[in-house]
Amino acid sequence: MKAADAPTAARRLAVADVGRAGVLRGYGVWLTAAVVLIVLPWVVRTGAAVPIMNQMGIAIVFALSFNMLLGQGGMLSFGHAVYFGLGGFLAAHALNLAGRGTLYLPVPLLPLVGGLGGLAFAALFGTFSTSRAGTVFSMVSLAVAELMAASSLIFDRFFGGEEGITTNRAKAPLLLGLEFTRDRQVYYLIAFWVLLAAIAMYAFSRTPIGRMANAVRDNPERAEFVGYSQRWVRYISFCAAGFFAGIAGGLFALNYEILTAENMGLNASGVVLLMTFIGGIGSFVGPILGAIVFTFLQSMLSDYTGIWLLYLGILFLATVLFVPIGMAGVLMLHAPAWRARRVGRLAGPYLVAGVCGLVAAVGVIGLLEMLHALVAADTPSGVRRLFWTAVSLRSVLPWLVFTGLAAAGALGLRWAGPRAAAAFADANRAGAGR
Amino acid sequence: MEQIVLFSILNGLVFGMLLFMLSSGLTLIFGMMGVLNFAHASFYMLGAYFAYTLASRVGFWPALVLAPVLVGLLGALVERHGLRRVHRFGHVAELIFTFGVAIVIEELVQLVWGRPAKSYQVPAALDFPLFHLFGSAFPAYKAFMLLVSVAIFVFIFAILTRTRAGLIIQASLTHPGMVAMLGHNVPRVFMIVFGIGCALAAVAGVIAGPVLGTFPGMAQVLGSVVFVVVVVGGLGSLSGAFVASLLIGTLQTFAVALNVSVGNVLMAVGVPAAASAALHDVWKVTVAQVAPILPYLLLVLVLMIRPTGLFGTRET
Repeated sequence: MKAADAPTAARRLAVADVGRAGVLRGYGVWLTAAVVLIVLPWVVRTGAAVPIMNQMGIAIVFALSFNMLLGQGGMLSFGHAVYFGLGGFLAAHALNLAGRGTLYLPVPLLPLVGGLGGLAFAALFGTFSTSRAGTVFSMVSLAVAELMAASSLIFDRFFGGEEGITTNRAKAPLLLGLEFTRDRQVYYLIAFWVLLAAIAMYAFSRTPIGRMANAVRDNPERAEFVGYSQRWVRYISFCAAGFFAGIAGGLFALNYEILTAENMGLNASGVVLLMTFIGGIGSFVGPILGAIVFTFLQSMLSDYTGIWLLYLGILFLATVLFVPIGMAGVLMLHAPAWRARRVGRLAGPYLVAGVCGLVAAVGVIGLLEMLHALVAADTPSGVRRLFWTAVSLRSVLPWLVFTGLAAAGALGLRWAGPRAAAAFADANRAGAGR
Repeated sequence: MEQIVLFSILNGLVFGMLLFMLSSGLTLIFGMMGVLNFAHASFYMLGAYFAYTLASRVGFWPALVLAPVLVGLLGALVERHGLRRVHRFGHVAELIFTFGVAIVIEELVQLVWGRPAKSYQVPAALDFPLFHLFGSAFPAYKAFMLLVSVAIFVFIFAILTRTRAGLIIQASLTHPGMVAMLGHNVPRVFMIVFGIGCALAAVAGVIAGPVLGTFPGMAQVLGSVVFVVVVVGGLGSLSGAFVASLLIGTLQTFAVALNVSVGNVLMAVGVPAAASAALHDVWKVTVAQVAPILPYLLLVLVLMIRPTGLFGTRET
């Protein structure tokens, strides 16, 4: 590829596996991942770390399964949480049955129940959803999500109405004497399943049917001429995605011991789209990265501000508009420069652009937070702490300052952005030359 | 019984025409650009909120004009600086973009106007019962809603079939390349149509806000139904959207009005009450409860039997 082509090619959405370039080759990566997962709770020791990591693990499986549809199959689903939720509800009911002794089911196998539940419903709904790709697929997935949302109000016994279904993992029979009463024990169980599911999903993407999913995404007609029914290929991908979403749902039931209809609602389906896309749909690591960053931001931001979803929405929109290859895609783009040891040259221009972006972000965040504090009317004193300073909402000065920061940052970005891009192109050109 | 039927028909007509105002813009945009605008209902919501704020400053009638104009301009901006950018990445990317716009608009509405519903009232001039039938009153405001939506329908139809601009729009629907060759600025036509579509959605928001409620979730409530209308009617088909709007409007109002449960129906046919507890939930389901599901069932059915929709000519 010529260096000049690199940015344009990179801008294509769903670029053919950016991450294939040897990164995941061999077992080394999986062994490293396993070691990291094992030592992580001993390294990160802050109070909320383990629950957040559990949440991340669940999100990783869910986002990876979502990307089996969007990234690998080119199917944009607005109702993927349906399979997550149904799998979770089935797992919760199974756990309750196990607790009562009606069913022999040890806790570690619970995600499998969720997975099979998700698979069963995906096999059912997939029969009519996967007949077409593109917009029609998205619309049907939306219709299925709405159907299930409405059904959850009707079938009280299964969905538990407003309160949802609660369960208790301590009552189920033990397997090998393992009990799951402490956070850390649950963490290792989730980590085990996350690794297993990730390996399985990666392996799926390497099978002939996984490769055909890419072919059907890019050119269904040619795939048909090769001898594959595009509908059948989509159906298989859809079922597999439903299975892994169900596993994520089972993990959710196991971790939180409660499921409500909200877990399978439109918003839950939207969240998985956001995190997957921000991470990058063009590579296998993208959804993992997205799930980690999104979950982290979600739990951090919601402590500080009431409008965290707005920030995540803006981040999502910015990703769609400016870097549709996502975070993983951007990182992968730098692999050639990294190998040529020219990343150092990028530090300067990137730093300047980053500072400008930060200034703009501070300005915008300041304005939004002040507006929020004014409207929500939870600040009778008229003073809100922002960026470690007390800001008076009723004086003009802070509004002017934040507007100025936003404008200055934006102008700076206009100046520094092209320079950073040029530096990037230069680093690649020099790499290709010698 | 006559009362229920008559009022359901009237309400269905009002709701159906409201749906048409939303779906006409959506289907025009889809027909031209191939973009199913996920944020369409968000512009409807913006219309209601803008009108709420404007109505308290300058009165309802100026707001009825001003709010759609503002929303239309905003829509054109979104097309010019957002949608056009992602256009080259394909339709799925455009759908993802409009999805993001819908999220951000909903959050911004919550930020600016707050979470609780706003008391956006029917204007005093229209707040009286128009006529009484079988002892029930029919509000004048609903008649006004019907009037506005019919006027809009006639207006769109006249523009599309009787003017030169309409000719260009219709030509851009099917042959964008040829229209560009003839010297028309097709991207600008797209932008204008997108803006007008958003303005139409805003008109729907202005007049529906007082009746259906003005709250941050109002876009989600109607958004999915509008998609159903557009897909059922046939993507890109204006007449299809019209028929499907009325069909789904009356279907939903009738279902809501009927307070009969599945058990009642089966009992009338002679089937005894549910024997097992598992079926109990199904037995006590009323038709009114099923009402929200009906459009989606219809959508799935139509896509299985006739993927082009009722009046559509092409699949996507």
